[in-house]
Amino acid sequence: MRAELIGSPRKETRTAPTATPAALSSDAEASLANRDFSIARAFDAGGTSELRKATYRRRRQRVLPGFGLSLGYTLLYLSLIVLLPLSAAFIKTAQLSWPAFVAAVTSPRVVASYRLTFGASLGAALINAMFGLLVAWVLVRYRFVGKRFIDALIDLPFALPTAVAGIALTGLFASNGWLGRLLEPAGIRVAFTPLGVLVALTFIGLPFVVRTVQPVLESLPRELEEAATTLGASRWQNFRRVIFPIVMPSLLTGFALAFARAMGDYGSVIFIAGNMPMVSGMTLLLIITKLEQYDYAGATAIAVVMLVASFVLLLFINLLQAWSRQRLGAQA
Amino acid sequence: MSTSPAQAFGAAHPLGTTESSAVRRLLIGVALTFLTLFLLVPLAFVFFEALKKGFDVYLAAIVEPDALAAVGLTLTATAIAVTLNVLFGVAAAWAIAKFAFPGKNLLITLIDLPFSVSPVIAGLIYVLMFGLQGWFGGWLRDHDLKIIFAVPGIVLATIFVTFPFVARELVALMQAQGIEQEEAATVLGASGWQTFWRVTVPNIKWGLLYGVILCNARAMGEFGAVSVVSGHIRGETNTMPLHVEILYNEYNFAAAFAVASLLAMLALVTLAVKFIIERCGTEAPCEDRQA
Repeated sequence: MRAELIGSPRKETRTAPTATPAALSSDAEASLANRDFSIARAFDAGGTSELRKATYRRRRQRVLPGFGLSLGYTLLYLSLIVLLPLSAAFIKTAQLSWPAFVAAVTSPRVVASYRLTFGASLGAALINAMFGLLVAWVLVRYRFVGKRFIDALIDLPFALPTAVAGIALTGLFASNGWLGRLLEPAGIRVAFTPLGVLVALTFIGLPFVVRTVQPVLESLPRELEEAATTLGASRWQNFRRVIFPIVMPSLLTGFALAFARAMGDYGSVIFIAGNMPMVSGMTLLLIITKLEQYDYAGATAIAVVMLVASFVLLLFINLLQAWSRQRLGAQA
Repeated sequence: MSTSPAQAFGAAHPLGTTESSAVRRLLIGVALTFLTLFLLVPLAFVFFEALKKGFDVYLAAIVEPDALAAVGLTLTATAIAVTLNVLFGVAAAWAIAKFAFPGKNLLITLIDLPFSVSPVIAGLIYVLMFGLQGWFGGWLRDHDLKIIFAVPGIVLATIFVTFPFVARELVALMQAQGIEQEEAATVLGASGWQTFWRVTVPNIKWGLLYGVILCNARAMGEFGAVSVVSGHIRGETNTMPLHVEILYNEYNFAAAFAVASLLAMLALVTLAVKFIIERCGTEAPCEDRQA
């Protein structure tokens, strides 16, 4: 599916920026001159300066036009929309003295909210890792009625607005809801407790593990399992010793993606959390509360902690994906 | 991928590479129970609650002026955000996929960055920039401009959270396609824009549509980021998800779920279109039908 495209090995193979004008024959020179003419027209359309045309001519092997325009626009848009505003958070926090920063990010209420946010995200990612692997396995290996429908439905948490998921889950698990009515007599309260947060975050992260593991299972060569079976391995040994090690990097990647998503999500949990301080108060909700009290410095300090945590996670995910590609490459 | 001997001889389940039927049924049963509980039941619940008090109540909740204003604002913000992100996505994919330059991998990582930033923090950073006490707050006030607690802030927050969708689709697709076709067109005398419209665009149309669909769904449903910058002014800066929140907090559940059901339908349409595109991308007959 999409993951194959992202991991495409063909990138950066066909572009060679260095020019060798001395080696060109006169015919080639003539055709290049023609080409320069059309390229110059293209650049005029993009409104670039004489200077750039001159630089362009020096790098003749860059045949296609539009490099300066497209890269320039990309960098400008990226800086204005993403980099500059993100740097605002760090600069704002840098204005805070170190003790003030530490006080803002380690007050008991904040620490309790980290515990809930990270704990529930971790729990939800673990549930998703287990069931995601099972779902991916069932979808790849078995045939059953409605399989295509189920496969398409897996992405529902990506497409369904988080606020809609939030009110639906809260309604379901409220004491008069479809599921709450069944669980409350048994003494299990879900809505407005940390358990509810766990349920909401599990919903949000559900597609990640399935979608990272599925393509790997699909491309798993059957010979490996046949060989293991011939050598006397049971079905369980086959899974544990042959299949699982191959699937593991993608399973970890999916787990980390689900964890990252759960950590940052707001819409799905705000309704079901109930936001009782120290019990079910989420870190992101604390940020919003502080903003509403015009405590910008305090809100930003907590936001920076969350940002750093998610950047570390992003780095981890990138390393995992590189490892995963390497493993698959070696095996293919 | 090579074919195993057993597969070549047409055996559906080569010896020892599948489970007993009891295990198979158990695994399918557990997986389907999990998916039913977490996906189908919440989805059904939205529509059930929306229609519980009858179709008249449902319709009234949707055609009410504040709800219509919310739908209008959501559509406006989404249209602007998707258009700008498509322009950016195409430019970024052209630069990254067609040329070699240093720092390319860093650029790709930076483009993906908004995915790892929580929506709430995305809203916060715009408040730090454009809010009254923000970097440009004083200047904006002097010139009587409003970004935070107004429509521009909502648009900016929406652009941020949907920033990578189109770009990451197109970068991956165009890198896989290479540059031979565009080079050929250029050498044959096509101008840059001719090459782009006649060669590149037909090649990337499915990927582009895929990115737009995902970007659109996220833009319409965004809650956290928009919630921080909107100010929740009914009829003015309320998007559909924010309207759902207000109705829900007022215990007007029927109306909240009615508006939510519109968003749920959007999600279902998104999944359907995505399903079709994924089949079109891989199966040739679909291409033919389109042409």
